Order: sequence, then C-alpha cells, then structure tokens
Amino acid sequence: MWCPAMTGTAAMDDFVIRALAAGGGIALLAGPLGSFVVWRRMAYFGDTLAHSALLGVTLGFLLGVNPMIGVMAVCVTLALALVALQRRRNLAADTLLGILSHGSLSLGLVALAFLETLRVDLMAYLFGDILSVTNSDLMAIYGGGAVALGGLALLWRRLLAVTVDEDLARVEGMPVEALRLAFMLLIALVIAIAMKIVGILLITSLLIIPAAAARRFARTPEAMAALASVFGVAAVVAGLLASLNWDLPGGPSVVVSAAALFLLGSLVPLRR
Amino acid sequence: MSTPQLSRHAPPLFAGPLAWTEDLTVRFGRRDVLDRVNIAVQPGEVVTLIGPNGAGKTTLVRAVLGLVAPSAGRVMRRPNLRIGYMPQRLSVDQTLPLTVRRFLALWRPVTAERIAAALDEAGVARLADSAVQTISGGEMQRVLLARALLGEPDLLVLDEPDQAVDVHGQAELFARIAEVRQRRGCGVLLVSHDLHTVMARTDRVICLNAHVCCSGRPEDVSRHPEYHALFGGHAADLAVYLHHHDHAHAEDGHVVSGHDGDCCHG
Repeated sequence: MWCPAMTGTAAMDDFVIRALAAGGGIALLAGPLGSFVVWRRMAYFGDTLAHSALLGVTLGFLLGVNPMIGVMAVCVTLALALVALQRRRNLAADTLLGILSHGSLSLGLVALAFLETLRVDLMAYLFGDILSVTNSDLMAIYGGGAVALGGLALLWRRLLAVTVDEDLARVEGMPVEALRLAFMLLIALVIAIAMKIVGILLITSLLIIPAAAARRFARTPEAMAALASVFGVAAVVAGLLASLNWDLPGGPSVVVSAAALFLLGSLVPLRR
Repeated sequence: MSTPQLSRHAPPLFAGPLAWTEDLTVRFGRRDVLDRVNIAVQPGEVVTLIGPNGAGKTTLVRAVLGLVAPSAGRVMRRPNLRIGYMPQRLSVDQTLPLTVRRFLALWRPVTAERIAAALDEAGVARLADSAVQTISGGEMQRVLLARALLGEPDLLVLDEPDQAVDVHGQAELFARIAEVRQRRGCGVLLVSHDLHTVMARTDRVICLNAHVCCSGRPEDVSRHPEYHALFGGHAADLAVYLHHHDHAHAEDGHVVSGHDGDCCHG
C-alpha cells in the first residue's frame, strides 16, 4: 500500500496508527448501534443528540469537568425532555426534534461565545479532528466502546423485540420504557466518545450510512450489524488514507467514503 | 382480592377466573370508552367480545393485557398468569432483516427445536427462513398464533383474528383456536367482527357498547333485545343461522360443532 504520509517519521506513523485505531473502534461500535438507529427510525433523534453535544462540551468547561461527562449529561437531559414533550402530542416528533436540535446547537454556540477566556477549536468539535487523537482519547473510545457494546449485547434480544412491536413486548413483560431509555443512553455514550473523531455534525452519518449499506446484504439483524461494522471500518480506513494522501479533512473524508460505499453497495446486483 | 362478579352463564370452575375486570372504566378525554365493565374469562372458556365500531372492544382487550390503564375500577389477573397475545396485525419495518424463525425467538429464551416444532404445528415450517415482510396476511396470522402459543399461555387473547384473512382462512384459524383450547385447556378472549364465526365457536358472547349490553351463551344473546338494537338487520340474519346451529347441537350433542361446512349461510 503506497501512502506518502505513512512513509514519514516514526511520530507520523504513530498518529496515523492512533487515528486508525480510534476511527476503527468507533466504526466497530457504530455498526450494531447504527443498525438499531436505522431500525427504530431514530436517525434524526441521533442527530439531535449529537447537536446538543456542543452545549455539553461548553458546560463541561464551565463546570471544570471532563467534556465527555458534560456531553452525556446534556444528551440524557435532552432525551428525557423529548420524551416529556412527546406526551403532549400536539406537535409532531420531527418538529420537536428540529426545535431541540437547532435550539441546543445554537445554545451551545452562544454559550461558547460567552467563554471569552477559553479558546476552543470549534471546527474540531463540529467536524472532528481524527488526526489529533491522543492516547487518552483511545482509552476513552475503547473503554466506553466496550461498555456500550456490552450493554447492547445484554439487551440485544429485548431491544429487538421492542423494535418489532412495543405492545407485544409489553405483554411479554418486558420493561419497554426502561429499554428505550437504555438505548438512548447508549447513543449518548457513542456520541460522547465519537464527537472528537468525526465531529458532532457528522456522527449520525457514521451510525446510519454503514448500516444502511449493509441492509441489502443481510437476512438477520446480527448479520446486518456485523456487516455495518465491516463497512464502517472500511470507510474509516479509506477516508483516512484519502485524507493523508491529499491533505483532506479527516472526518468528512470518512463520511464521503461511507457514502461512496453505500452507493457502490446499492449498485451490486443481488440474486433473489 | 374480592370475588369478581361473574356472568350467570359462566361455567362453575373451582379455580376461579383467569382474568377479570371490576367496574372497569376507561376514559379518553371526556368520553367513557368503557363504563363499569365487568367481565371474566374462565379456564378453558372461549369468550367473544362483539359490538359496533367504537364500542370499546379493543380498549377492553388492551386493558386486560395491561396496555391501557383503567381510569376507574380494576383489571385483575390470576397470579403469574401467562398471556399469549395475538394482535390484529403486525407489520415489521422493511429496514429490519428478520426471518420468521428469528421473529419467533425474540420474545423469550427458547430453543431452536421448540421454534421448529411451533412452526410445524402452525403449518408454516416452509416459511421458517422467509423474511417476515414477504409472507401473506394469512401466513402472518399463523405465525402470530404460533408466537403466542410458544409462551405456553394460560390465556390466549386475540384481537379480531378474522380481519386479515378470507373466509377459508378464518374457518381454519378458528378451528385451530378451538383445537388449542381443547388440548391445552387455556382460556380464550377474542374480539370479533364476524358474527357468524363468533357464534359457532364460542362458549360465551359479551355484547359491548361501552357498557356490557348483554352476555351469555351465543343463542341466548342473539335473542336479547339490546343485541338486536345494536346489530339490527344483521342480527335477524344471524338468528336464522343460529336456528340451524341449534338444530345441529341437538342432534350430536356438541356445543361447538367443529364443522364449518354448514355455517355462514343462514
């Protein structure tokens, strides 16, 4: 594999390896979780949570806690607010999501502007900065990712049942509300750890594009989840190589690769 | 736990009912969808809810299932009652790749052998690896019944099982429900639109119009004035058929004829 950026110094090799490890880890995690986002038609919901992450980062700085904790807290608050608002039923879900999504993103931007003493690389938060991944970022990705995947594996069958039909799941005695909340928490966790890599504006694409690309080739939910992970990792590798070769922004390159994979996949003829 | 108020036609069984309601009232906004409804389902009994559109049949079923909270009154169930619920229809989102076999495995930990047996019993073994989105309405109904039976239910609840299938499918479905009732001795609560099918296959009919208008054995209910008021011309139609059914009943001594060829043509 010829790649000028990878033939440089040892330090360069290091950051490339870290970027690949970070992106690959997130793609692995995004496969099964993103499949659920697609099945549950929650793409816009994921987007809304991601947009609110900037507010979480700002709050984290303000309160002097880890930005990731701030992001988790804001995401969970937003998810709960949405559940409460949906009970009123006089506004459609997509309208509510639009309000919360843009409202929280703008609130994050405004709050950031108030923090005059703080210099935050806004572009890095919006679009990610995969080439500046640190070892502690990697630890957060693999630690948080293991927790998220473990949680998902534990809830897998019941989450699928709730996705297929909530009433049936309820009659079978499954705690539907708790499962729904647990799933939102898992998404919030993924957003918190993926934010720095692909950026809050692009996180949802990493969740849904590989899963959408995998749909045509899968006959079981598990196959779709696994294939989505494979596609996601492929997109990360291709996007990073393109980014290094042609000096392109990392996050967007990964997303473009994923979208290209989706297009290629939809052109492959399937035997029926 | 107080004793439920039983219909006087309920067969006396020492263990008491599987599930019952006590003055169950459900209000949506200002409307009483259910008004002090008392029903009970005994083990081994087939109870059918009939009533015009908007009578609250589905709401009553959903309340018994625990999917709708009572505004007043109570829904009671025998402790550890296992309910098998067969909904009117189920459409699985196209985005979810799901085979029939996998669909049946979602609801409880269950072995592959039991799923295969359930599919076989339902006569849909050949569909095991088909996507749930591609099977027909009648096939889906068999799968849904197989799903409900996999949980070894004490009470089978079916919401308008006759809606998605043609007359032939209906007869088959009801024959199967009768067979399951006989073999497993579970109680059955079902909602139906189809008066003919209902009358032939049920122990007790509850005629609902927000409140319980009348209840009892099918042939008694069909003579009830409130029943006629609700169903009008259809009721007269039905009475002719029932006469026929009564005749068959007197001849061979079975309450449920188990024969579909001679019904539905009053």
